[in-house]
Amino acid sequence: MIDQDLSKVTPQVYESKIGVPYTWWAGDTATRFLEGIRDRGELWATRCGKCSRTYVPPRKNCPGCFEENAEWVQVGPGATVVTFTVARRPLAAIPDPVPVVFALVKPDGADTAMLHRIGDVDPEKVSIGMRVKPRFAAERKGHIRDIECFVPEQG
Amino acid sequence: MGKKRVAIVGTGQTHHKSHRPDVNGQELIHEAVTRALADAELTIKDIDAIVIGNMDHFEGINYVDCWSVDGSGGTMRPIIKLTTGGTTGSTLAIGGYHMVASGLFEKVLIIGWEKNSESDTTGAITTAFDPIWDRLVFAGAIAGLAAEGQAYMAEFGITDRDAARVSVRDRKHAVNNPYAQLRKEVTIEEVLESPMLSDPIHLLDVCPRTDGACAVIMASEDVAEKICPVPDWIWGTANRHVYTYVGDVNLGEIDSMKNAATELFAKTGIREPRKELDVIELYQPYSFAGIIWIEAMGIIPRGKGSEYIWSGATDMGGELPINPSGGVIACNPIGATGLIRCAEVALQVMGKAGDRQVPDVNLGVSTGFGGCFWTDILLHGKKKPE
Ligand SMILES: [Zn+2]
Repeated sequence: MIDQDLSKVTPQVYESKIGVPYTWWAGDTATRFLEGIRDRGELWATRCGKCSRTYVPPRKNCPGCFEENAEWVQVGPGATVVTFTVARRPLAAIPDPVPVVFALVKPDGADTAMLHRIGDVDPEKVSIGMRVKPRFAAERKGHIRDIECFVPEQG
Repeated sequence: MGKKRVAIVGTGQTHHKSHRPDVNGQELIHEAVTRALADAELTIKDIDAIVIGNMDHFEGINYVDCWSVDGSGGTMRPIIKLTTGGTTGSTLAIGGYHMVASGLFEKVLIIGWEKNSESDTTGAITTAFDPIWDRLVFAGAIAGLAAEGQAYMAEFGITDRDAARVSVRDRKHAVNNPYAQLRKEVTIEEVLESPMLSDPIHLLDVCPRTDGACAVIMASEDVAEKICPVPDWIWGTANRHVYTYVGDVNLGEIDSMKNAATELFAKTGIREPRKELDVIELYQPYSFAGIIWIEAMGIIPRGKGSEYIWSGATDMGGELPINPSGGVIACNPIGATGLIRCAEVALQVMGKAGDRQVPDVNLGVSTGFGGCFWTDILLHGKKKPE
């Protein structure tokens, strides 16, 4: 007869075998920005005809006014650090060696900031309000890391 | 019945396609939302709250309520996400109905969407099943449906030819629907000659994968008729879930539909649905369901579904047209699919269904179906409910 004492059972555990291979379409609007950084080293934004807010990343429609953003304007390359932190512990989610400076930077002419990295500088020297500019990767593939990082404007 | 009666006052949907590389998810959502607002002659500022949903894991973006605000209009507005697998779209409609019926929100925007082109459907759907008991022996969503078809065939002796008649009907209807993804008529022989995916289901018996979005605006009785001269009143809703493990499901009979429909018709005073209903938009992901599930709904006695389909009664011009839109077999952006059923019945009631309009629709039913045989059902009417 089977031993009925459940305290003697070692629970089984299973590892997931499921892999979901996602692919994401950037869409025409984001692609125009990504081609700008890949092919010309330029930052482009969309502007709302109603409230004049200028969006980076470019939005197809103004989230506030809910109208199509018909106008494209070139922004940057100069930009300002809005806020930042220094990530000092290695994590699987951080593809680069630590410390890395994780920052929101607002390109000149834009009303919104974009998430990126600050490089080429001692992390202790980064400050809010600091002036930066993009440094483009040598080999560019049409994604956001075609901007390797933002680096100090004077430097 | 809630504190307020509730009506649909506007609908919008994208022109659904297999791939929409030209837009991201937010932009796709925005197309449906702007069309619904235009239909109701409202602006986003008129909206008091938003309910949005898609299928978990399909795009790998798990905070869709926040991520989509650029497109949904949810910036600095109350917004919640609902997701219940295949029934997501119909659950969104039921959730929006509850919000308006409660009296807490006057005008609610309901959005369902999916970019099926962005993931592996079977991988994502597998995550809906129990990891210890069902996943390691799972054979995909179509196999689950096929097992239902086999069980029903064994009991009543119908064949894949009978099921093919349902596919022929829906694909013919889809030709009238400018929003449907697949708009090509097929013959019975073409269905039967298409590749066998999982016995007894052929390729042309099942739904496609689609990129698309749908939006519906519901309003309380205090404003509905001011917004829309002929609103689509929601008479009632019901839903049922039936299993933890796949082996719990009574395959071949869809108890969730039987139970939900019985509740819905009892509480709305519908005694003879076949005679009283004018149109049904059935969430029917494969052809056999077009026979089995209308029996469970109480339209026709059990075992008589196939004969009823062959009679032409559910074709356009028949006594009870089913899926004038072409249904799910012609178009399936999963998180939107159930809400499209709801929007399509609303269009029928409002008299705005264009080439797919059924004349004089007073009462209609829309449904949602999820993964392993759970059901949502809504009753729509031209008359304000008692
Ligand atoms: Zn604006």
